[in-house]
This record gives sequence, structure tokens and C-alpha cells, in this order.
Amino acid sequence: MVYKASLGRKVFTFVNVLFLVAITLLGILPFVHLLSVSLSSNVAAMAAEVKLWPVGFTFEAYHYLGKKVEFLRSLGVSVERVVLGTIINMVLTVLAAYPLSKSNEQFRFRTLYVWFFAITMFFGGGLIPTYIVIKETALLNSIWALILPGALNVWNMVMLLNFFRNIPKDMEEAATIDGASQWSILWRIYLPVSLPALATILLFMMVGHWNSWFDGILYMNSPEKYPLQSYLSTLVTSINKKAISLDDLNALENVSEKTLRTAQIFLGALPIMLVYPFLQKYFIKGITVGSVKE
Amino acid sequence: MKGNAIQRRKMRWEFPFHMMLLPGVLVTLVYAYGPMFGIVMAFQKFDPVLSFWKSKFVGWKNFRYIFHLPEFNQVLWNTVLISVLKIGFGLLVPLLLALLLNELTKNGLKRIVQTSIFLPFFLSWTVLGGVLLELFMLKGPINSLLSGVGVEPIMFMGDGNWFRAIIVGSDVWKGMGYNMIIFLAAIVGINSSLYEAAEVDGAGKWKQMIHITLPGMAPIIILMATLSLGNILNAGFDQILILYNPIVYEHADVIDTFVYRLGIFSQQYAPAAAIGLFKSAISLGLVGFSYFLAYRFSNYRIF
Repeated sequence: MVYKASLGRKVFTFVNVLFLVAITLLGILPFVHLLSVSLSSNVAAMAAEVKLWPVGFTFEAYHYLGKKVEFLRSLGVSVERVVLGTIINMVLTVLAAYPLSKSNEQFRFRTLYVWFFAITMFFGGGLIPTYIVIKETALLNSIWALILPGALNVWNMVMLLNFFRNIPKDMEEAATIDGASQWSILWRIYLPVSLPALATILLFMMVGHWNSWFDGILYMNSPEKYPLQSYLSTLVTSINKKAISLDDLNALENVSEKTLRTAQIFLGALPIMLVYPFLQKYFIKGITVGSVKE
Repeated sequence: MKGNAIQRRKMRWEFPFHMMLLPGVLVTLVYAYGPMFGIVMAFQKFDPVLSFWKSKFVGWKNFRYIFHLPEFNQVLWNTVLISVLKIGFGLLVPLLLALLLNELTKNGLKRIVQTSIFLPFFLSWTVLGGVLLELFMLKGPINSLLSGVGVEPIMFMGDGNWFRAIIVGSDVWKGMGYNMIIFLAAIVGINSSLYEAAEVDGAGKWKQMIHITLPGMAPIIILMATLSLGNILNAGFDQILILYNPIVYEHADVIDTFVYRLGIFSQQYAPAAAIGLFKSAISLGLVGFSYFLAYRFSNYRIF
């Protein structure tokens, strides 16, 4: 529709665009600052001269990280966790979602299983009993402590089963008459048509594993077993102590500490920042399917 | 005889379903139901060596102990205050942003704004916490900006009230993209003929927003507000854990962080589990109530 905008409308649009651009910057500038500090010289970073552009540009911090054992080791743990954890999550989620997407006539025990899983969405044992169970099942200090407890996320399962339910049933019926097993119906009919939904939950699982840090701190006794985000959290907590101290920061901090720290934090965010703009539509689909459904 | 055969065939038909569910059931049984059973430790004089099975039962003693802890009331108050503020602003800000974003006519700009608002949602609190601490340090960029306009440096992370504001503000910042997407989806779902009719009747953009957009979004707003009711005792565990420090415990310590320190650091497993149970029980009530309301008023069902 083409019509002449009133003056008030023009002013509103102008102010609105300005405001939204400001909000956009609020989302981006903190990370620009982080990157700038990590690319600055140690002296400039220490003197807090760096704002949004590197001062005394250098790749030194990143060079140094290439040899930093703690960083590389925790990166390795994270990669292992993401790969292993995502595969297991995916298998368990698909296998649970498929039977539960059947009707009560097709699967008489469906309601029973649904309740079994649903209860865990509303009630949990809490931090301490969970810790004791992990300890009792001898998972402490093992990567499985980061994978098994959350191996089946009920929200993801519900999302997938709702998707499965909307798949037309005629192909499946034809296959059943031909004597296909449930396993091959799932594998040959359901999975191929569910690729968009699977991509969405795959992303959520990968991001979830990459980002978790507290379970690493809680269940791993030795820092050598920390995934990247847990290792980063120890760095962040160490600044925290300095952020509140009134002493001269320069004297307290090792010269290269600040640029190194920011470089590591930035690298912890980098994979997501790189991937996310391209996969955004899948995330959005997952969110709107999961929350606003009929 | 015939009934029996049908029964058997039905069981054979369903057998693969049970097999498929088995791994998920096992994991859930051990790591979700196990801890639920483990709650008995809240009523025990828990000894890690004897575990749940053999530790001695002491009745409500742990609960009496925790309710008399000097920090308890303050921790409870911090939890409720912080989470109510988070829920309120966490709905209001994205609602406003969705309405404003919806007024943009250029799709390119809309995409850029949406992408950047949504970004912090996907980053961990370690990364965001690291960024926030760099920004709000005593000698950080925020303070140097402030000193440019003549404000004395503020110790943001060491002042209880500033700290709470940062906790609430950064949580809104992280989560606003998510809620905004849901609100935008609700706006798109409003019947466009309503707007055309309003235009014919001479209603301006402002009136259209008040009389069409907002009422059209009301169900989803109410639904989201109701569902967040269950979170009143979740004030954001890992966010506060990474950002707080002993100076601001009095203003920032919430149930989860308190349980963590009491249970894992001080090894007072049973009292910590008792606080956990106290929290879970109230949360269960709230979640149940909120789902009842959501079902009643928005016809919302999970399954």
C-alpha cells in the first residue's frame, strides 16, 4: 500500500530505527570490545586503554594459546563431549519419540511411558542427591558424568514426537502391510522426512553440550578433565576476585594475563558466533514449534 | 483361545516399541528417578560412606536446622526478588522490542536487529560473565565512559544493589531474543484483514496497536507469564555463580547457590538436600498451579 506518511509517522520511524540500532549495538559491542582487548598489546590492555578497536595490534595472545596446554586439552575434552554427547542424545531422543508418537490404540502402554517421562519435567531430586547418585554410579571424574545424566532431554523428545505425529500415515500403513518392521519404518520413512526437525534439535543439543560448564566443575575432580567452558569459568572467577579488589590491578595481574584471558573467552564463543547467523532459521523454528503450538 | 492369540500378536507388535524406549527409560530411571529417591537423605544423618540405604533417619531435624540458619530468610528473599524482577522485565522488554521491530518496513534491517538481539541467548554464562566482568570492572570501559561525563568510578561488582541490577539486566539481555521471537510469531499470526478494516475506519497505527495487536497477543502474553510462575524459585544458578563474590553474598545469594556452597563446599549434604527439597516442593506446587491456569485459560498442553 502506497500512501503519504504523516510527519508524526516519519518522526516515529526515525526514532524507532535509532533505538533499534542502539539495541543491536548492545548485542554486538561487548564482543567487539572483548576481541579488541585480545588483539591489543599487553600494556594497552592493562592500562584499560582499549575500547572498541585494538591498541598496539598483535596476534601474540592467539599465538601463545596455540601452545597453552590447559587450553588445548580442555578444547579436546569439549570436542569429545559435543560429538559423543550429541550422538547419544540423538539416538535416545529419536528412539523414545517414535513409539510415543503412536496413538494409544497402536501402543497401549503409551500413556504409562508418557507419565514416566513427564514427571521428570516437574520434579527433580535437586543438586545434592543428583551429585550423590553420580558418585554412587562411579561416574565422578569421567566424561560420562557430563553425558549420561542428560542423555534424554524430555523437551527435545516432546518436540520431535509432535513432529512425528504430523507425518501422514498412509506410507507407514502401506509399509506395514508389506511386512516392514517398526525399526525400518522409523529408519526409512520417519527419519528422512523429519530432517528439518532433526537438524533443529541437533543444533540445540550441540550448543547445549558446548555451553555447559557447571557439570564439569561439579563432577570432575581434576582440572585436566574440564571441558573448555568449565576451564573458562575458572578464568572468569579469577577476574571476579580482582574486579572487586581496590588494589592496583596492574601490580596484581601477570602482564599477559588479560589479553590471554579475553582471547580464550572469545574463542569459547567463536564457534557459536560463526555458525549461528546461518542456522538461525532452524533455531527460530525450534523455538516457535516448541512453545506456540496448537 | 482366539482372544489369547490376538493378545500375543498385539504384544509382538508392541515389542519393538518397548525396546526402543528401553535406553531412555534406563537413563531416566537412574539419573532422574534415582535423585528423587535420593531425597530421603534430607531426612537422614547422611553419611556418604553408608549412602542412602544405611544412613540413619533423623526425621525433620535437617529442616529445623536449615530454617534456623541466619542466612536462610535473606537467601529466600533474594531468590524471589531477583526472579520476579527477571520475569517482569524479561517479558516486558521483549514485548516492547517485538512491537517496535514489527513497525520496521525494511526487511534487511529487521533481520540484522533480530540476529544481534538473539545472539547472547546462545552463548554460555561463562562467556557472558567474562564479558560482563571486563566491562564493569573498576577500571573497565563502562567506568571510563562514566568518568568522561564526570561520574566517579563505581564498584559495580562489589555493591549489592548494582550487582542485582546487573544480574537482572544481563538476564534480560541474554533472554530477550528468545521471547521476542515468540511475540513476533504471535504478531504475524494476527489476521491482517483486521488491520485493513481498522485503516478504512480511520484508525492510526497507534490505535491499531492498542486495539488489534495487543489484544491479539494477549493469549500468548498470559501464557508466558503463567508458565514463568513455576520459575519463581529459580533465580538463575549458573549466572549468579559465575558473577557473584563474597562481598555481595548478602544481596545476591539465592537458594541454588546457597545449596551449592553448603552441600559441596561445606559437605553438609543432608541439610543442603533439605533446602533442595524445600525448593522442589514449592516449585512443584507453583508449576502445577501454573500449568493448570495455562490449560484453563489458553488451552495449553505439553503432550
